[in-house]
Amino acid sequence: MIKFPIIRVITKLLIPYILLFAFYVQFHGDYGPGGGFQAGVIFAAALILYGLVFGLDAIKRVAPPIVIEKLMAIGVLVYAGTGFATMMLGGNFLDYDVLEHSFNHKYLPGGQHLGIFLVEVGVGITVTSVMTMIFYAFASRSRFV
Amino acid sequence: MNWIVFAILALLALTAVTVARLRQLWAAVMFTGIYSFLSASWMMILDAPDVAFTEAAVGAGISTVLMLSTLALTGEQEQPTKRSPIIPLLVVIVTGGALIYGTLDMPHYGDPNAAVHMHPDPSFVERSLEDMHGLPNVVTALLASYRGYDTLGETTVVLTAGIAVLLILRRDELERPAIASRAKRRKRKASA
Repeated sequence: MIKFPIIRVITKLLIPYILLFAFYVQFHGDYGPGGGFQAGVIFAAALILYGLVFGLDAIKRVAPPIVIEKLMAIGVLVYAGTGFATMMLGGNFLDYDVLEHSFNHKYLPGGQHLGIFLVEVGVGITVTSVMTMIFYAFASRSRFV
Repeated sequence: MNWIVFAILALLALTAVTVARLRQLWAAVMFTGIYSFLSASWMMILDAPDVAFTEAAVGAGISTVLMLSTLALTGEQEQPTKRSPIIPLLVVIVTGGALIYGTLDMPHYGDPNAAVHMHPDPSFVERSLEDMHGLPNVVTALLASYRGYDTLGETTVVLTAGIAVLLILRRDELERPAIASRAKRRKRKASA
């Protein structure tokens, strides 16, 4: 891909906007269409596009496989951890209403907003890292025969 | 809106037939990408932008890349089959007929009396704005709050699937040094 400067330049121009759109879908998912899964896939698509154009080594420098591997599980832990946090605060598992009065509303959204936000972040992290990791697994295989 | 619906459905059918007939796998992969984009447009017409996002990003984007990287590992031409296509054709016709027969029992599109709009309680839709303290997106409210357990399970399924793919694809990577050293030993033995 070194020989195609137009593709490289256009990719570099596009990737920030794809990432921005992913964040928009992630954090605006409570209000508009979207949510963790969609945002995670769009984010992973941006990473994979970078990997396709600039090569596997470049993308592995941006998103090291060791980190991505751990993030796969951390996303699920964030999700389940939100559930356990609500249990600690005296509610049921994933009962976001108990988050209502735990934080200063000036800085953080309360109750359902905060619960849904955390849970969607967990989904987004897991989906992004699983998609990226699958791409790594496919791309780093060399031909046997 | 009607002619757009018919145009998209016709293009979907056309693309599906083209994919089935192609023997050039590279072209077939590109056509599956086109198919995904058409389905995404179809989801937009059905007022499901969430699903359209997913279809465009996963179907047209990531899975196309994965299929292309699989082609790079295997080959670009499909082997001509020697078996007769009659039995698969029969199976497809019977299954398709059963599916079409099944749709006859389904409620009409947008029917307010359909079971799906009556049963799990219309109050989800009616109450969600109040329950969620002003979150307008009912889909997100259902997925992440009313049905939070389901979504936790789905996320775990994604994680498990990722781990399974890694375990299968990485095995070769781990075995390769062993194969290489075995070959080296054999060569040494042959020269000695």
